[in-house]
Amino acid sequence: MIGTGISVNSITAKRRHPLARFAVVALALGILGGGYALTTPTGGTADAAVASGRADDVSEGRNLFVAHCASCHGWNAEGTAKAPTLVGVGAAAVDFQVSSGRMPAADAGAQVPRKPLAPWVTPATTAQLAAYIQSLGGGPTVPSKEQVNPAMGDAAKGGELFRANCIQCHNFVGAGGALTYGKYAPSLNEATDAQIYEAMVTGPQAMPVFNDATITPDEKRDMIAYITGVRSQVDPGGSGLGRIGPVTEGLVGWIVGLSLLILAAIWITAKKRQTS
Amino acid sequence: MTLTETPKAIAGASTFVDDRLGAGPFLKRNLRKIFPDHWSFLLGEIALYSFILLLLTGTFLTFWFRPSMGDVVYNGSYAPLQGVEMSEAYASTLHISFDVRGGLLIRQMHHWAAIMFIAGMMAHALRVFFTGAYRKPREFNYLIGVILLTLALFEGLTGYSLPDDLLSGAGLRITEGVILSIPLVGTYIMTFLFGGEYPGDDIISRFYTIHILLIPGILLALITAHLILMWVQKHTQQAGPGRTEHNVVGAPFYPAFMAKAGAYTLFTFAVITLLATFAQINPIWLFGPYTPADISAGSQPDFYMGFLEGSLRLMPAWEINVWGHTLPMSVLIPALVPLGIVMTGLALYPFLEQWVTGDRREHHMADRPRNNPHRTAIGITAVTFYGLLWLLGANDEISANFKIPLYVTTIVGRFLIILGPVLAYWITYRICIGLQRRDGELLSHGVESGVIKRLPHGEYIEVHSPPAHDLAEHIRGARKAIPAIDAAPDADGIPPKTARGPLGKLRTMMSKTYASAVLPLEDGHGNGHHADGEHAAVGAGEQKELH
Repeated sequence: MIGTGISVNSITAKRRHPLARFAVVALALGILGGGYALTTPTGGTADAAVASGRADDVSEGRNLFVAHCASCHGWNAEGTAKAPTLVGVGAAAVDFQVSSGRMPAADAGAQVPRKPLAPWVTPATTAQLAAYIQSLGGGPTVPSKEQVNPAMGDAAKGGELFRANCIQCHNFVGAGGALTYGKYAPSLNEATDAQIYEAMVTGPQAMPVFNDATITPDEKRDMIAYITGVRSQVDPGGSGLGRIGPVTEGLVGWIVGLSLLILAAIWITAKKRQTS
Repeated sequence: MTLTETPKAIAGASTFVDDRLGAGPFLKRNLRKIFPDHWSFLLGEIALYSFILLLLTGTFLTFWFRPSMGDVVYNGSYAPLQGVEMSEAYASTLHISFDVRGGLLIRQMHHWAAIMFIAGMMAHALRVFFTGAYRKPREFNYLIGVILLTLALFEGLTGYSLPDDLLSGAGLRITEGVILSIPLVGTYIMTFLFGGEYPGDDIISRFYTIHILLIPGILLALITAHLILMWVQKHTQQAGPGRTEHNVVGAPFYPAFMAKAGAYTLFTFAVITLLATFAQINPIWLFGPYTPADISAGSQPDFYMGFLEGSLRLMPAWEINVWGHTLPMSVLIPALVPLGIVMTGLALYPFLEQWVTGDRREHHMADRPRNNPHRTAIGITAVTFYGLLWLLGANDEISANFKIPLYVTTIVGRFLIILGPVLAYWITYRICIGLQRRDGELLSHGVESGVIKRLPHGEYIEVHSPPAHDLAEHIRGARKAIPAIDAAPDADGIPPKTARGPLGKLRTMMSKTYASAVLPLEDGHGNGHHADGEHAAVGAGEQKELH
């Protein structure tokens, strides 16, 4: 060929090489597969985003990502030594982490705690960020209002699922509990309906994923109904003492009960101080 | 109050009874029984009155409770459990809590009374230990007390297992594990107790019989024996003006002590009712019904079982396999060793102390803890050991609520359980010695009056006034030398039989140490003024030399 320094004859010669047909097949497969992989999802998301007027969300989300997340998660969310990749975690993970204040993380401890929201975090900006991450590689999406509506769930059935799947870490009323190496299962008292759902589908931090095959969306709603119902319940027996079981009961027994009785004993055996 | 005349109320009532039963002299004598007065003497009564309340509320609960593990589907008024399968025991406890009038209050009173029953017993046992009230002739009554405390632990365990809720199920599972870990016979005992595979269908009804019949029956009998012995042997009293080993200074049973005991019964009932009204206890509806597959974070036993929970959590993993049998030491040791150290130690202590001091005399005066530093230090050491285990039984709650990594609590705990008691012994001993010195100072220099005086040559002194008569008597009366065994060698330089051999030498050494911890009371005349005080001190010194 002219200018390449390679003669046409040599190309022709290579074409006749015994391995050439394998190379051609591999190339064709590669182009076909790679092209399919590149075009289909991005094309689909982009089309959908354009159709719903959310294409801007994705680019706005990217700006937010670059400003607040990229230093740890990498410029294209590919992950760094400090933080995992966000490709494929889905909008649900973003919504859970950002709306609960866990992300952006303040410092890298054993576990990132819930904290007050950063000033730039609003439902709108969270949705933009979520849209950007969703555009990268799909993943679980933010549940609809209906999917997490406790009023539509069966609390009793949810309670059974909750006891079977959650309480070994989160305690029987979701008060939270300790895990190993400084990790812990947080209290569920502050979690919103959507956050409970998102935690189950994304498995944040030490938590395992409970996907829709393990626990169906309807069952998740039942569990949300149980968790939110029980935590808003007025304790019928008086103060709940933190609802963590016998530890606080024993403390109250010794500190309040025994102290009151000792004070009573001191009172009724008190001696006259003055000589009459 | 003078006791020369029989009060009219006693005379009238006893004449009435005496005319019919001939019991007048008995009643007269016992109604006028003298009881010493101190707040710490009422700690045991907390347990007594809690026990009465336990019997009353427990009877109420049996009217509705069904001790059965039969399956039912709940359809009572607690909505979050409607339609859930559960045992009849759990369903009937829910029924008591939500559908029986006053049921929840009575249930909570029963549980709070159980807490106060055991807390009262423990506080009482500590008072008895630290004042040496277990000494001759009260060893039997003391042993009855130790048995009562042990039985109460099992009464509590069987009691909180009855509702068959998820939390108590965790305790039941540990109980099963402990039984299984017993070498050779563990499996058989477990199968016998549970009527087959865990959890079986029998354990609730069996625990029910044990909880409402067997143990309460023994408790009632032993408590009666405990009280009769206390009555016959008379209560110990603290040192003070006019108090000796041969009298009891206090108020007569009727009317003074009876009124106080009656008032204290009501106080105990009131505090328990107050707790049951304002503090929720054992909310079984939140725990859910028991299934062996479920377990909750923060599963804890009631406080009195906490030390066993703690020892189980602290124990490193260790098992021995011999001839195809597994000895799970990581269950066996924590289940038996701390219980053995604490309860057996408690039971044997009076006899060990007698062996060490060689003291076979009767004692009716309560010791002040500071005046027997080694006993007090041993007691605080045991309390520290027990307390650390108890604390670490809640290590997951400590970890979750105070943000301390879980394994840190375990590892720190493993060191503390050895170091803590040692440190506690030393600190307590030093505090006791310090307090003894302070007593001596109080007697020889008097009480600080807050008046600063300037002497003619310009020196400032604080005027000390003599301590109150009863205080001084209390200090003086309670400071007694602790006897030691006679281990002095005879004329030929041969030590007595009891002091020979390694055991004898150990005994002699311990006896010496035990006795030497009481400082002699340098009793000055305690008449305040610095100048006079100095004078008095010289005088006292001279007096001492003379003797």
